Amino acid sequence: MILYTLRRLAGVIGVLIAVAAVTFTIFYVLPSDPAAAACGKACSADRLAAIRSHMGLDEPLWRQFWDFLSGIFTGRTMGSGHYALHCGFPCLGYSYENSEAVWDLLMDRLPVSASLALGAAVLWLALGLSAGVAAALRKDTLTDRVLMVGAVGAASLPVYFTSMMLIYGLIRVAGLLPYPSYVPFTDDPARWASNLLLPWLALAILYAAMYARQSRSSMIETMAEPYIRTARAKGLPRRTVVVKHGLRSGMTPILTLFGMDLGGLLAGAVITESIFGLPGIGRLFYGALSTGDQPVILGVTLLAATFIVVANLAVDLLYAVVDPRVRL
Amino acid sequence: MHPSAPAPPAATAAAVPTSAVPSSPWRLARRELSRRTSVKISLAVVGLFLFMAAAAPLLSALAGWSPDDFDRTAVDPYLGGTPVGPLGGISAQHWLGVEPVTGRDLFARVVHGAQVSLLIALTATAIVVIAGTAAGIAAGYFGGRTDAVLSRVMDLTMSFPSLIFMIAMMSVAKDVNRIVLMTAVIGLFGWPGVARVVRGQTLSLRHREYVDAARVGGAGSWRILTRDVLPGVAGPVIAYTTLIVPGMIATEAALSYLGVGVRPPTPSWGQMIAESVSFYDTDPMYFVIPSACLFLTVLAFTLLGDALRDILDPRGSRT
Repeated sequence: MILYTLRRLAGVIGVLIAVAAVTFTIFYVLPSDPAAAACGKACSADRLAAIRSHMGLDEPLWRQFWDFLSGIFTGRTMGSGHYALHCGFPCLGYSYENSEAVWDLLMDRLPVSASLALGAAVLWLALGLSAGVAAALRKDTLTDRVLMVGAVGAASLPVYFTSMMLIYGLIRVAGLLPYPSYVPFTDDPARWASNLLLPWLALAILYAAMYARQSRSSMIETMAEPYIRTARAKGLPRRTVVVKHGLRSGMTPILTLFGMDLGGLLAGAVITESIFGLPGIGRLFYGALSTGDQPVILGVTLLAATFIVVANLAVDLLYAVVDPRVRL
Repeated sequence: MHPSAPAPPAATAAAVPTSAVPSSPWRLARRELSRRTSVKISLAVVGLFLFMAAAAPLLSALAGWSPDDFDRTAVDPYLGGTPVGPLGGISAQHWLGVEPVTGRDLFARVVHGAQVSLLIALTATAIVVIAGTAAGIAAGYFGGRTDAVLSRVMDLTMSFPSLIFMIAMMSVAKDVNRIVLMTAVIGLFGWPGVARVVRGQTLSLRHREYVDAARVGGAGSWRILTRDVLPGVAGPVIAYTTLIVPGMIATEAALSYLGVGVRPPTPSWGQMIAESVSFYDTDPMYFVIPSACLFLTVLAFTLLGDALRDILDPRGSRT
């Protein structure tokens, strides 16, 4: 187990270096003028000169990559002389648009994105799994059909459509909820939840639909396995068989999916956050797209990749706990 | 199989004494498909949108408007440019109404948008399927080092946050053909899914008797792969292909929605939805029309894919 964990950790680091290399290529190698690209749309000559110095564009490419990579782990001083700028650990670059280090910008906004992702995850797991398992256990009945038609429909709705409909229905017409504005959990948990309810719903509907479809087919497959029949034949009540034998291995494919999805959302739900005006990483990213603030785009990309890779590792380690067939 | 499950569809289909010709698997599949109402409806919807996309210039000429024609008479300048008439200006002149402010014809824009959206989605799917099948067959059939390297590359590609990377790549590239770039970028992250399915299927086929027989008979790898293995993986691949199309359409729409996809004035559904969001209060139809197109296309492809998977993929959950 320890050996496996170590091996996986090494793999994770390998993947992250590959991700960093690809991001580096996208932002430093591909553009015809990387400094101008990083400078954004409103760019002054002085700032451009500073960025040229910070990015070290006159250095050889491997040197630039090394500085970029080592900066992440140790922090670095970007540029020299008049333009010198210290960027502390972990240095993901400096946003000239915001005059702030990218890491600080990201950490300011992480709580918002995390609140959104975690709340939505609870909701979609509850909705999706119960719908999926209920449909699987009542396969080919009316319940099953209704649930699955609903799931296919909901999975086809783009998140911006669901969001707009929720805003229109629940805020404009019914006036049930306030227009979301983020309140930190530590300030007022109740208002935190009531403000986030709508974005949670918007995200959860889409994911719940996908999870319902996935968990239904996975559960049906599991319930057809011989060991389930054996358990039933031993005289165990159906309930016990479903919960203890069926769910446990039926849910392993869901776990993989969940790791990927949650990891991806932690680094910002771009569309949902920008529609609801939540000041999370996703909206920072969206803003960066329109101003051409490339250091931020680069930082978010790296952060998202890290979250996903780490979430995958966590899931693989959890497998051993959840599924008795997987012994590491 | 579950005791209460109905008899396998293949058996019932074979029992129907309609043809004396021995049924090939493809004919069985076709017969099974044509029995389902959901398949007929979704085929009709897919056909309709494909027709709209293919005949976009023709259709908009028929309606009398090109997607970039401004019609100032169709919008009311005193009401902030909202369309004249009910339901976003739907009339005999403008079949689906007009865009607020500019008065561009929505029907023309929707059909041209269908062209762009479906062109990108289907081309990206083709890239994904061809690359994925090639990689999957090679990994599964040759095994050993080829498999190790290809599987590693698949894992690596899959651990990338694809949407974010797509956005990043699209936002860096400024002066390239957006449609080509977008197709390539979407395709780049999709192939490992297909490759995994194909690899698994190939692994189960590579030591079947008929494959071994071909090998003993002196057939080369290329011949075995194309004549013996490829037909065996075709079923799951076709099913999987139909199921990834909706994802591709949604991805294209999301990228265009975020403003990194195709650039105006080229219309695409995602971009139209993004523009319409700020008018959702004054002109809801402007928002509803492209959204409905997107929704219907995605839904139809999903239903079609579900049905194909049930029938063609023996390992996929047959329900």
